[in-house]
Amino acid sequence: MNFLTVTRATLAKDIRLEWRSKDAINAMLFFSLLVVVIFSFAFDPTAEESRRIAGGLVWVAFLFAAIVALNQTWARELRNQVLDAYRVSPAPAIPLFLAKAVGNFIFVAALEALMTPLFIAFYRLRPLGPGWQLIPIAILGTWALVVNGTFFAAMSLRTRAREIMLPLLLFPLSIPALLGMVNSTTAILTGETSPAFWIALLVAYDVVFTTACLLLFETVLEAE
Amino acid sequence: MKQFGRFAALRGVTAEFSAGKLYVILGDNGAGKTTLLRTMAGLAHSTRGKITVLGSENIQASRAQIGYMAHPSLLYDEMSGMENLRYFAKLYRIPAGEVDRRCREAILSVKLDPDLERPVGQYSQGMRQRMSLARALVNDPELLLLDEPFSNVDARSAAEMAGLVAHARDRGKTVFVVTHQAAQLELYADEFIWMESGRIVNRTSALQGAKG
Amino acid sequence: MKRGFTILAVLTALLLSFSLYAALVLAPTEQTMGNVQRIFYYHVPSAWVAFQLFLINFVASVIYMIRRSTKADIVALVTAEVGVVFCTVVLITGPIWARPVWGIWWTWDLRLTLTLVLWLIYVSYLVLRRFSSSSQTPLLAAVLAIFGALDVPLVYFSIWFFRTQHPAPVIGGGGSLDPRMGWVLVSNWIAFMALAWLICWTRYQLEVAQRAVHEAEAMQSLMEGAR
Repeated sequence: MNFLTVTRATLAKDIRLEWRSKDAINAMLFFSLLVVVIFSFAFDPTAEESRRIAGGLVWVAFLFAAIVALNQTWARELRNQVLDAYRVSPAPAIPLFLAKAVGNFIFVAALEALMTPLFIAFYRLRPLGPGWQLIPIAILGTWALVVNGTFFAAMSLRTRAREIMLPLLLFPLSIPALLGMVNSTTAILTGETSPAFWIALLVAYDVVFTTACLLLFETVLEAE
Repeated sequence: MKQFGRFAALRGVTAEFSAGKLYVILGDNGAGKTTLLRTMAGLAHSTRGKITVLGSENIQASRAQIGYMAHPSLLYDEMSGMENLRYFAKLYRIPAGEVDRRCREAILSVKLDPDLERPVGQYSQGMRQRMSLARALVNDPELLLLDEPFSNVDARSAAEMAGLVAHARDRGKTVFVVTHQAAQLELYADEFIWMESGRIVNRTSALQGAKG
Repeated sequence: MKRGFTILAVLTALLLSFSLYAALVLAPTEQTMGNVQRIFYYHVPSAWVAFQLFLINFVASVIYMIRRSTKADIVALVTAEVGVVFCTVVLITGPIWARPVWGIWWTWDLRLTLTLVLWLIYVSYLVLRRFSSSSQTPLLAAVLAIFGALDVPLVYFSIWFFRTQHPAPVIGGGGSLDPRMGWVLVSNWIAFMALAWLICWTRYQLEVAQRAVHEAEAMQSLMEGAR
């Protein structure tokens, strides 16, 4: 009972704080836009080619936008050392992690929702396979990035070069998830192969690492 | 006399403290005062040795009864005092119906206005220190751990804070205060604890006691 | 203990010399690739040894999480470092072999790709250890090692499937191995294991000594802080 209360309260608090510092949100949104534009200038393929590479481009773009968002996650808790106030309370560690991860998910999903129409426009994308399957792929893929991203952002708090440590720790471990996201998206866009295996891989990845993060987060939080 | 804590440090020092008293911890920078307090709060972990707080070695079990305050305010700058405290109250499992009442009480007890909507980040230093103390009091803890509550605060606010701290002790709480400005608490403290190089070197009941 | 070390050192020197001779002279020449193929005797055993070291790292990390034993932590650190070195050897010998034989520098061959990902994970492990400002670095590193271990099967399956969709040359050949080559391979493997053991042992002693020095220095500064 208390578990859900704490998770909900923390998430609500984070959303309220994020809303009050609207500059950060606007800057992030503009950054995502820039990423799409830069990619479009750098890779300017024909409509046929674009279907093959768009999957990769889109997810790499999402990855970069997510990293910038994830680095912000814990920054708020470092000001005034307010994280200590949470740690000193009887509230368990897991609700904090869940609240942060869900908050990040919502935020990154919003960025993706902004970037996707732009990509579709710039690359004249039209899925040749079952387009609706892109939705579960987006959810699974985004969660894969966000769950480990939130975890390693917390771990980076305990290091010196905090902002570079996050991608450094996150990228190698995310490789299977990245393969899953990119290949399933490409499969749908080209309609040539089935995304089934890659979706199954994403599900496995999400289950394994969500469990690992939930079990080990307290250790990381308390590792002063 | 309730046995309260036993602190065995890396340096092989053992100490015990009793409940219901106001202890002032003094010493130069680097003496280990903050580390000692943070270990008692469960924020830092000793490499070797153990600590018993409120009768239990598992600090997690006693967290509901601990209030901690430090020089950073441990508050969210963009929220008002009540908003901050309402959030923290939920962390302490205070029932929903009680939350508002307890928060208002805590804020009033440090002589601040609960209805002030200004975000805490815009408070003066003295007000922020007091709101931070209110946060530490919101769960009505048995044990108060205060790290430099008087720093960067004008003399009058400091004197007021000292009075609040003593008042907490009078209500039966056990209070530990780490400070460089021991003079503020000279009249109220039950014991002064002197630290040096990571160990407790002396314990006196008056400020005039010699160091080490 | 010193004697054991000397014995191991001598044994390693002998094994390495013999295995080198076996690889360059005794082993038969491969029919299609010629002498370039002999790099195989360095490429494959290095990979095996690297994987073994990383496995030991995983076990040591789990032991550390459960028992908080300093010895387990040092073993984890040492095997990670030496493992990365052997991994680097695999990643360098791979392209050196692939270029003359298949005309390409790199291929998403299952073994090679898995080695690359493991290399990346363990380099990030070493960076975490170096950059951590926490007093509980060994614990954070152990957590990362566990995450890495969980990742490995996922990496394996994703690359395996990826390769069935995008077939590529397999470095090391898929088919059966001539038994005369087989024993040379094993001999090199044993020699490399001995070498790895020797280096790990040395590094272990070095780390133990280094930690003792740090602790003494910390105590010293604590005492001097008084004056």
